[in-house]
Amino acid sequence: MTTTQTPKALDEVHILWTSEGMSCDGDTVSVTAATLPSLEDVLLGLVPGLPKVHLHNKVLAAETGDAFMAPFHRAHQGELGPFIFVVEGSIPNEKINGEGYWTSMGNDPATGQPITVNQWIDRLAPKAWAVVAIGTCATYGGIHAMAGNPTGCMGLADYLGRDFRSAGGLPIVNVPGCPVQPDNFTETLTWLLYQAAGMAPMIPLDEMLRPTWLFGKTVHEGCDRAGYYEQGDFALDYNSPKCLVRVGCWGPVVNCNVTKRGWMDGVGGCPNVGGICIACTMPGFPDKFMPFMDEPPGASVSVAMSGAYGAMIRRLRAITNKAANKEPKWRHNRRRLTSGFDPRWGNG
Amino acid sequence: MAIRTAGEKQLKGEARELVEMSWDPITRIIGNLGIYTKIDFKNREVVECKSTSSLFRGYSVFMRGKDPRDAHFITSRICGICGDNHAVCSIYAQNMAYGIKTPPLGEWIVNLGEAAEYMFDHTLFQDNLVFVDYCEQMVKETNPSLLRRAETTLATNSAIHGYRTIADIMRACNPFSGDLYREALQVSRITREMCCLMEGRHVHPSTLYPGGVGTVATPQVFTDYMVRLLKVLDFVKRSVPMNDDLFDFFYEAMPGYEEVGRRRVMLGCWGAFQDPEVVDYDYRNMNQWGRRMFVTPGIVVDGELITTNLVDINLGIRILLGSSYYDDWQAEETFVTHDPLGNPVDQRHPWNQTTLPKPQKRDLDNGNYSWVMSPRWYDKRTGDHLALDTGGGPLARLWTTALARLVDTGTVRATGQSIEINLPKSASLPETRLEWKIPRWANTIERNRARVYFVAYAAAMAVHFFEQAMGEVRAGRTKVFTDFEVPDEAIGCGFHEAVRGVLSHHVVIRDGKIANYHPYPPTPWNASPRDMHGTPGPYEDAVQGLPIFEENGADSFKGIDIMRTVRSFDPCLPCGVHMYLGDGKVLKQVHSPTFGAGVSG
Repeated sequence: MTTTQTPKALDEVHILWTSEGMSCDGDTVSVTAATLPSLEDVLLGLVPGLPKVHLHNKVLAAETGDAFMAPFHRAHQGELGPFIFVVEGSIPNEKINGEGYWTSMGNDPATGQPITVNQWIDRLAPKAWAVVAIGTCATYGGIHAMAGNPTGCMGLADYLGRDFRSAGGLPIVNVPGCPVQPDNFTETLTWLLYQAAGMAPMIPLDEMLRPTWLFGKTVHEGCDRAGYYEQGDFALDYNSPKCLVRVGCWGPVVNCNVTKRGWMDGVGGCPNVGGICIACTMPGFPDKFMPFMDEPPGASVSVAMSGAYGAMIRRLRAITNKAANKEPKWRHNRRRLTSGFDPRWGNG
Repeated sequence: MAIRTAGEKQLKGEARELVEMSWDPITRIIGNLGIYTKIDFKNREVVECKSTSSLFRGYSVFMRGKDPRDAHFITSRICGICGDNHAVCSIYAQNMAYGIKTPPLGEWIVNLGEAAEYMFDHTLFQDNLVFVDYCEQMVKETNPSLLRRAETTLATNSAIHGYRTIADIMRACNPFSGDLYREALQVSRITREMCCLMEGRHVHPSTLYPGGVGTVATPQVFTDYMVRLLKVLDFVKRSVPMNDDLFDFFYEAMPGYEEVGRRRVMLGCWGAFQDPEVVDYDYRNMNQWGRRMFVTPGIVVDGELITTNLVDINLGIRILLGSSYYDDWQAEETFVTHDPLGNPVDQRHPWNQTTLPKPQKRDLDNGNYSWVMSPRWYDKRTGDHLALDTGGGPLARLWTTALARLVDTGTVRATGQSIEINLPKSASLPETRLEWKIPRWANTIERNRARVYFVAYAAAMAVHFFEQAMGEVRAGRTKVFTDFEVPDEAIGCGFHEAVRGVLSHHVVIRDGKIANYHPYPPTPWNASPRDMHGTPGPYEDAVQGLPIFEENGADSFKGIDIMRTVRSFDPCLPCGVHMYLGDGKVLKQVHSPTFGAGVSG
């Protein structure tokens, strides 16, 4: 636990990014899809007011091996300057495997043995201006922390403690998603960079440490199939454009903005385009939502209720819709005007 | 064409002076990879190479006992750049196990989604990851005289791609500042949008299911796809001749460069893009429908296509140990004694594998050093366990498809020696025919060259799939999903081409639950360590014997051609170089100049 420092404006920030946790690198790849803003917008200084950013990410780095690892070592020795530490992938339990290791990044020059990712977290998290967990693995453990897993892995807050504070006085910032929605991450990063520049207050996070403006609503609240739900009109298989709650969608109880935001520039998504929500942004993912293709237990009650009420509403709407589909009777090509206007030139 | 192994080339009358160097982690790849080499600078040769991965997650362990219908959602998370390939492969395996087939329109939608994935992934990898090794900044640091020559070498195809000299192409590849680098990022986004239109999202799809898709197959979704495809066609048509100019320059400027990353031709391809007219996912007919895939499955050894039969391919798969952190499963349960055709199934086959992780210290000298196992293909003709590679994916796909002469959609035609790719008119370039010819070598340059041709292949296939899909929509056949029941007892296998090459999923269902599930992506094949017979894996083999063209000496050596070679396989994992004399005594450690003071754990 470090003491909170007085925030001061930073004009240059390094981003030390490890995707060497129990990860698939999907969150890094996802971020290359972002456009609001894009990665190159941030790195080329096109977003006004942001500090200069140096990115150290394995997938994109020009340097390799020791040259790539150098800034990580410099940060450990307190010689790098202010940095944001981004962690991708679940954090394994390295206490259970004897002399072995579950995952590592680089070698210890003294021993020639791998340096575990956990060692890097111990070294860098307390020194970082901010610590960000990207993706559901790093935030809460995710798919690799499924029941029956051999590595005993967990999320970053499980490892560092929920009340961890970075050198900049920030709690861990969690941006869940499997993978992370591209713009959700670059937008969170942008807020943090504004904050680092002294232009924004403390990032607003909920109790699961997620940015409130991105994760405050449910999938269902932003889903364009919710109208079918209200009318008690449900898909019974995946051929249907209707609400998918009966065939596995967890949208009504999941904090995520993808149905509202789309996946990339408004294209794609999940239940809005026929893909059941499997709750991939949630701390309980995946175990609390499997088998994914079964109806969620809670849905049966609400489905029964909306089925009864919705069926009546749907019939009434059908009547109104029929009327709305007819044009008013004064639109015609007869010899007499019947719109209600009284012409002075004589009519018919 | 002999396989070169370390030490085979005995230098008469002098002991080798070996310098040990390692790069760890290897960047600009996906996942965790370490490369450990011994280099003879005096004779300009890499003598030994070991490839290690330092990440274990344990999918085959934690999938046991789960509902089989969850498999494609779970296995997608194996990889963050080609997860959709896993989802598709899992669905193929589930379809077989459940005894169902996808409606034709659903199958075309999956093919369109996968075609977009190839276009996205190969573009991002080639132009934003691989080409940094060929960019002006990098070449200036490794081969300054080559850059000087590139400045005065006119590009043959500049009329098409617009770059006057080879050095102009290299400048366009500079990270974040180069035009090509930035344009490729944009193209990788448009192609991902195409993928999202068909599969919901990227990289872990939301709309894929066993039995079909949930994609709403309106005319609009196909229009939205086609408009984007047309947007990137100009880029594709410019990329192919530009890549040809760059790669041909390397051959011409550095005689002998074809030896870089060269290994014996031993390529595997498990086939891609199903034809709904024939595919029924029945194992017993797998040879027939496998041969109708729009990328032909096959194994090429020394230029000869030895099989296109998916049943043979399946039965020949062996997972060997030898340098990996696992206990053997020879004494464990046998899940599948015979395949549905009555053929015996080996205990080392994925259907019968039991994963027994055994974390331990890394021992690069003479012990275990990787979390990757050693998949091999058993060649009945010779009794060899072949360390097949995928050539990064495209090289094997194009090679097998060309030799098999089975694919002919009009937009793509396999000729026996080559593949003709026909692309329609686009915004600024006319109708274009490209031809990929079977190369003389399987080496670093040809792996990279094949990648850009495969982008064109996928684009041309997408045109064909679009026409077929629209035919279904116009005929009113818009069903995209078939209902099914999960059987109590079943087995299944899926064969597909992930972006980086061969992908197989093997599932065993008992009591309606997953009893065994083993996905084998391409990287375990490519990045495997030495097996119990001492056979090195493909990266190791391709780097061993590599001639050194880099102009830096040992003290500032970047290992650029080692990096180009490893990256030519498009790795999806983790890698590392120090200095030894022949007897293993450390001469000195080499680190990058920016490396800080000694660090202890």
